[in-house]
This record gives sequence, structure tokens and C-alpha cells, in this order.
Amino acid sequence: MKNRRQMGRGKKGRCRCRMLNEVRPGEKVCISCHHACGAIRQRLLDLGFVPSARVDVIRRAPLGDPIQLKVNNYNVTLRKSEAAQIEIETA
Amino acid sequence: MQKQTDKPSASPSPGGKRKKNLLVGLAGQQNAGKSTTFNMLTGANQHIANYPGVTVDKKSGSYKDEFGKIEIVDLPGTYSLTSFSLEERVSRDFLFTEKPDVLVNVLDASCLKRSLFFTFQLLEMGFPLVVGLNMMDVARQNGLKIDVDKLSHSLGVEVIPTVGRRGKGKKELKQAIRQAAERPRGKVLEITYDDLEPLIADLQEKVESHPDLTTDRPARWLAIKLLEGDSQTEKIINRDPSADDVMVGLNDIRDDFNQQQGLSVADYLVSRREKLAAKIMELCVNDTGAGQETISEKIDRVVLNPIAAPLFLVATVFVIYQLSIVKGYELTKYTWPFLAKVRALAAGLLPDAGLLHDPYVRSMALWMVDSANTLLNYVPIFLILFALIAILEDSGYMARIAFILDKLFHAFGLHGQSTLPFILGGVFAGGCAVPGIMATKGIPDEKSRMATILTVPFMNCLAKIPLYTLLVNIYFVQHKSWVMLFLSTITIFVALLVAKLLTSTVLRNMETAPFIMELPNYHPPTIYGVGQRAIERTWVYIKKVGSIVLAVSVFVFTFLQFPGLGDERQHFYEQEMNTAVEQFYTKIADNPYSEQLSEEVQLVALINFYNDYKQGRLNIKGAKAAKAFDKKIKAKNPDYFLFLKPGKDKAAKKINRALRKLASKRKTLRRKIKEETIGVSILGQVGQAMEPVTQYAGFNWKINVALLSSFAARESSVATLGVLFQQGADESKTLEERMGAESLAGGFTPLHALAVMVFFALYPPCLAATIMVKVQTNSYKWMLFSILFPTTLGLVTASAIFTTGRALDLSGIAMMGIFYGLVALTTLVVGLASSRQKSPDDFSYQAGLPESA
Repeated sequence: MKNRRQMGRGKKGRCRCRMLNEVRPGEKVCISCHHACGAIRQRLLDLGFVPSARVDVIRRAPLGDPIQLKVNNYNVTLRKSEAAQIEIETA
Repeated sequence: MQKQTDKPSASPSPGGKRKKNLLVGLAGQQNAGKSTTFNMLTGANQHIANYPGVTVDKKSGSYKDEFGKIEIVDLPGTYSLTSFSLEERVSRDFLFTEKPDVLVNVLDASCLKRSLFFTFQLLEMGFPLVVGLNMMDVARQNGLKIDVDKLSHSLGVEVIPTVGRRGKGKKELKQAIRQAAERPRGKVLEITYDDLEPLIADLQEKVESHPDLTTDRPARWLAIKLLEGDSQTEKIINRDPSADDVMVGLNDIRDDFNQQQGLSVADYLVSRREKLAAKIMELCVNDTGAGQETISEKIDRVVLNPIAAPLFLVATVFVIYQLSIVKGYELTKYTWPFLAKVRALAAGLLPDAGLLHDPYVRSMALWMVDSANTLLNYVPIFLILFALIAILEDSGYMARIAFILDKLFHAFGLHGQSTLPFILGGVFAGGCAVPGIMATKGIPDEKSRMATILTVPFMNCLAKIPLYTLLVNIYFVQHKSWVMLFLSTITIFVALLVAKLLTSTVLRNMETAPFIMELPNYHPPTIYGVGQRAIERTWVYIKKVGSIVLAVSVFVFTFLQFPGLGDERQHFYEQEMNTAVEQFYTKIADNPYSEQLSEEVQLVALINFYNDYKQGRLNIKGAKAAKAFDKKIKAKNPDYFLFLKPGKDKAAKKINRALRKLASKRKTLRRKIKEETIGVSILGQVGQAMEPVTQYAGFNWKINVALLSSFAARESSVATLGVLFQQGADESKTLEERMGAESLAGGFTPLHALAVMVFFALYPPCLAATIMVKVQTNSYKWMLFSILFPTTLGLVTASAIFTTGRALDLSGIAMMGIFYGLVALTTLVVGLASSRQKSPDDFSYQAGLPESA
């Protein structure tokens, strides 16, 4: 898995690596790094979204967003916009 | 109060001086079961205050052990102890300023690893720690085998397994608290950060050279926090001008480390803690159920299923509505007689009513009792409503509701967790904005929280219902259910649109936070926990709403009374009354009973006796009860009772007829006086002065007065209207009939009623709720905004409806349909548009962060 990032390409910049929001329910993935910063980053880390942690994508909410994830034995929900800041690789 | 049943087993430390009373902090992450542990330890002996200067609740309680009193402070549940959120800062400040003797760390055994991150942070702060390993039952169910002794050994602190909901481990936890306070600290786990250690040591030395800095906080902790870039800690150092050397070069140190490790200091700290937690987990936990579906997950598979989820949600709301509003109203039938008795009691204690004018004290006090009764009448409804909501919260389903609805709410700038405030505020039919606004505390996103605070008052609070019911029964008899549906849903649409408007204008620059929410495991709620929350919230309602409404009712009463009628009019009414009294005496002149009534005082007493009887008789149902009631009244004054129920006594019958006529005349006169008084009163004049503006909405001055007085307290609107629409004083006529009769003459149409109802729906929160807005936003500016904005919005909308309807000659129900369609369509369009395009300030990619290890 290549880890090229969207260096300086602005908001619409695309990168070839996968983000957590693209993962389908049922998949198991591994976190490679965060693109968020500040409070969001801290909260994610506190909840166990640390690099190399395993994440199961459980389901999407009935309206498609947010998504429910399982990390270290407990369930956490994230909006897709936040999940889009977490880079993952297939476990 | 906690009873001292525990056997003394903590042997007193030899020779050591014992501190009798202890201060204990209770810390832990959200959903770890901190509240149940708190309840388990303190029982009912607890109270809630605020931390100084902020709106974070400070819950404290106490119990006694064999040596003294243990005061426990429940810290806010946070996932971490950084300086990013208010709660975390409050917790930290509390710990360092109050310096608890012991810190109890509640861990969720079923997700131990994450909980350990938090424990490490507490250990670094250097307080004597006791770990309460809660939810052992859930952990066991999930197949987790935790070796408590090994865990205790690894951490170097006492670990007590507990099941807070069942009170298991209470005795042991209390003993451990006492022991931790007395025993000198043993070898506690020290978290080491390999590559960072030299840097920490350097900085620690620098910090230690300033003794002032380390009086409250350990030097190592300060050093770690500084390297982490913790803003609060930097502030503390900067506050001390002599310590400026500490900060020198700190940024470079951090940058260098970042370059060398390819990882920021903060991330490095996290990764070390993570490794340590993993190591401890491996050592102490045997996960036999790994990969198996837990009970909660099984439930979620059904409850959060895309098709079933909306059904469950609707069913839940329906059950809440049925049980609290419908059944609650039925309950009030049983509680109302008590309130009526209180009123009767008060009426009996107060000075008697006069012929035309009552003593000021009497009318004022009765007005206040009536105001209080209207509010207290809702108590059964609120008890049920709040208990059900507590069940939703404690069971874990509330978090699921937030998960299901977040997308919808988010499209309008709100938050999944806005659900609870809206339900409390009365989404469908009935609630109260005061607890609703209070419940916004849980919303982590400041922008959405503000939007929620400002839109909760649009929900239909219980006090709005009587006016709706009144108007619907007069003007929309044929379309009752349609109008009720309109009223209960239009408010949701408007709230969503307003939230969108506010978050994209005045609230645009507010701080937002991501939607990162834990879905806790399902737990059966405890009766104690639910009951306590229901009573607590109801009590807040009674206290806040009650006290404010009572105080304000005095002002409203006064503004409706003064300056009062001029002498000339006064004289006119007295003349009228005198004529009636003279007529009465002429009629009974040759009556054998006339002697009993020769004095006017006697006459007044008789009329009051007659009125009291009629009033009391209204609340009596059934022939048997009526007989008993008659007997009771007869016993009070058999002479007068004869005039009320003359039976075959012809002379008494004559008096009865004359009396009824006189009483009716008196009632008419009194009503006329009241109406005229209100007309010339301060509030009445304001209402009349507003007519030029409100005429476009179709409000005459009477409506204006009712709406003005309802700002003070919603429920008084109907009472005021009752006084104002009083023509045709025939007592058998209800307010509906009276308003109907007058409005036909005055040209008041369903269109008018629609405008009034829409205005009332959008009307600013009552005074109690605006004060709550002040408390929750900590700003008078927002409080003022919460009054002015809805007033303008309501007036503009009502005017648009009325003026358009007038111009196009539309009926009330047609105009309602058009308005509803427009609002619903706008909501749909706005909702779809904003969920399609992600607004750029929702999140910003922070590119170029260092590669993680």
C-alpha cells in the first residue's frame, strides 16, 4: 500500500491511499495515520484510534452517515467527514 | 445517608496520625459507570453545584466510615486529561487546586485498554489512586477474564472489582479508599517514554529550579505536558515571569524530536502509552470471547438495521408520548383535586371577597396560587416523561438515536445529540424548554450546542397546549386533528430551518467539534438511577420555572391592575351594584327570612357562600359524592344552606331566586370592571399601542395583552384571554363559547386564529427558559437574542400569513395548508442541498503531518 499523501493539494486534493470513510461495512482495516489535528486528533487517539490499531467497520447509519466502528472491543461512531481524515490500510 | 454497617477491618496505621475526614475525587471516562459507582458509594446523600465560573456540573456527595466523613466529588467524565475541552480543564484544575486525599479511578472492565490510557494520566499526576474496576459482569459476559491481582501489581495500586449497578464491591472500595489515604505510597507504575526521557529529565530539572511552579503540580508531569504542547500548562508557566527560561527553546526541542522520530511528541507519548497498555492487557486479560458477538451487538443488529431502525425510533417516540402525555394527563385528573383544595384553603385563609372589589391581598394571592397550580399540574406528566428519558439514556438507546438521526440534524447545523434536548423540550406535544436547554450540556460541538439552545424553545411546551386547544376548539372544530398535526410538525421544520439559518450566519464562526461518540453497551437501567434523574429534573422544573413564574406573576398581575379605574367609572359601577342590592331587598321585603340578611355584611357573606358552593360543586362528580358534599356545606352554615337548596320552603325559594339574580349581576359587573381595568392598565395600554404593528398579523389589543403576559409565563395567556373575552356573562358559557360569540361580532376568523397560533408557536421562550439560555450560554447577549429573534420571526410570519390570507381571501385552513407546504418544501430543499455538498469549514484536511510509526 502506497502512502503518498495529498501534500499541499488543497481540499479537493486526492491521494491514492485509502481513507476510513471509503471502507465498506464488514471490512477489517488497520489505521496507518491521522490527518486531523488538535482536539479531533486527541479525541481519536483517546478512543483508541492509534496508528496500527485494528478497526472493524460495523455499519452505516440508516441515512448513510455516520459510520459505526469497532476498535479495541467497543463501538464508536464517526461522521464520514472525520473518517475521511484517517488513513488506513487493509488488515 | 450511608449506614455504618461495614466491619472495621482497616487496621489503623501504627503511630501514623490519621486524617479523619477525606476528600475523594471520582474520575473516569464517559460510560465507565462513574455515576453508578458514585451512587453506590454515597447513596442519596448528594448534591449538584457548578464548578466556579463555568457551567460544568459539580456533583458531590458523602458517606461515613468508622473513622470520619468521606466527601466524594464526581469529576466530569472525559476520555483524557488534556486541555482541549472545558471538562478536561475543569477536572485538572480541580485535582490540582483541591488536592483530593485519594483519587478513585473508575474503569470499564469491558474496554480496559482504552480506560488504561486515562489511568496512566492520573498516575502521572501523582495522586494516591484506587482503581474501581467496574462492569465486571459485562466483561465476564463478553468472555473477558481479568486477573485483578496481576493488574493491581502492574499498576502498583489497589484494584477493586465492582458491579456498580448491583452495589457489588462497595465495602471493599470503601476500605481501599481509607487504606490508600493512610498508607504511604508504595511502588507505583511509572510510565517511561524511552527516547523522550532525556528531554523530560532536562525540562524537569529546569522546572524544579522554580519551586513556585511545583507546589501544586509535580515537576515531571509539567515537563511532559510542556513537551506535549499543552496550552494550559504553557499558560501556567508564562504566568510566572521568573520562569521564562523554562519555555526557552521548547519549540525547537519539539521540532527536533519530530524530525528525528518522524513523530510529534504528543503522538509519541500516545504510542508509548498504547504499548504499555497493550503489555498490561496481555499480562492480565484473557479474552476467551474474542470474535464472538456480544449481546449489545446482537441487539444493535436488529435495532440499527436500516429498515427496522426508523420503526423502532417511531415506536419509541410513540410510547413516550402515550405514556407521558396521554397517561400523564389522566393522572392529573387524580392530582388536580389536591391542587384545587390548596386553592380553596388559600381562599379560605385570605380576607373575604367584597361585593364589587376584593381586597388586593386576596386577588393577588389567588392569582399566584393559580399560576403555581397550573405549573404543578404538569408534575405527573414530567415525572413520567423524565423517567422514560432517563431509561433511554441509561439503557444506551439514546446514543443510538443520536447515531440514527445525526445526518438529518447535521444537515441543519445541529448534532445527533440534539435529540435529547428536543425530546425534553416537547417535540410532538408537550415538554418544557427549561430541562431541554439544560440537556444541551452534553453536546460537545459548541456551534451545534448554541443552535440547539436557541431552537429548543420552538418545541411545543406543555404550556402552549391550552391556547392551541382553545383556538382549535373554536375555529377549527372540523379539522381538529389536521391542525394538531400541523402544530406539532411545523415547529420541527421551523426549528431545523432556524438552526440552519443561525449556524450559517450569526453562529458561523463558533467552535465546532467532530461527531465522535461512543455507542455504549446496553445496560438494564436501575430503578434508583432512573428515579433519581426523573425527580432531579422535575425538581429543577418546579424550582426554576416555579420560582420565576411566581415572581413574574406578581408583576403581570400588577401591570394588569394599575393604574385602575377612574373615580367616575368606579362610582358608576357602585351605583349599578347598589341598584341591584336594593332590588334584592325589595323582593325579599316581606320574607320571613329577611331579618337574617338585613345587614349588607350578611348579604355579602351569603353570596360568597353561594359562590364557594358552586365552585366546589364543579369538582364533584357522581350523585353520592354530591350528597356528601351538600352535607358538608350544610354543616358549615345550615341557615344559609337553606337558601341554596330551599326544597319545599316557599319563602326560602323566593330568596334563592333573588339571590341567584343578584349573584349573576354581581358577576357581570365584576367582569366588566376587570375588563375595563385591563383596558386602561399598563399592559393594556401597551397592547393597544402595539395594534398598528400587530394589525397586519390580525392581533387586536386583547390578543396582544394575552401574548405579552404569556411571555412571563406561557400558561397565563389563556387565563388573560379568559378575563378579556367575558361578554355574555352567563355562567354556563365556556371561554370557547364566549370567545366564539364575541369574535363573530368582531370579525375574528379562523385566519386570525391561525396567525395567533403560528405566532405562539414561534414565540420567544418564556422568561424561565430565557434565564436558562443565559445560564447555559453564559451571556446576556444570547439571552436577549433568544427573545428578540423569535419575536421578530413570529411577528413577520404571522403577518405574512394573515395579510396574504386576507388579500387572497383564503380560509384559515387553506392558508394553513399553503404555509405548511411552503415550510416543508423549504426544509426538504435545504436539507437535501446541505447534505449533498459538504461545507468546506466542516473539516479541513491537515496535510503533511508526520508519518506515524
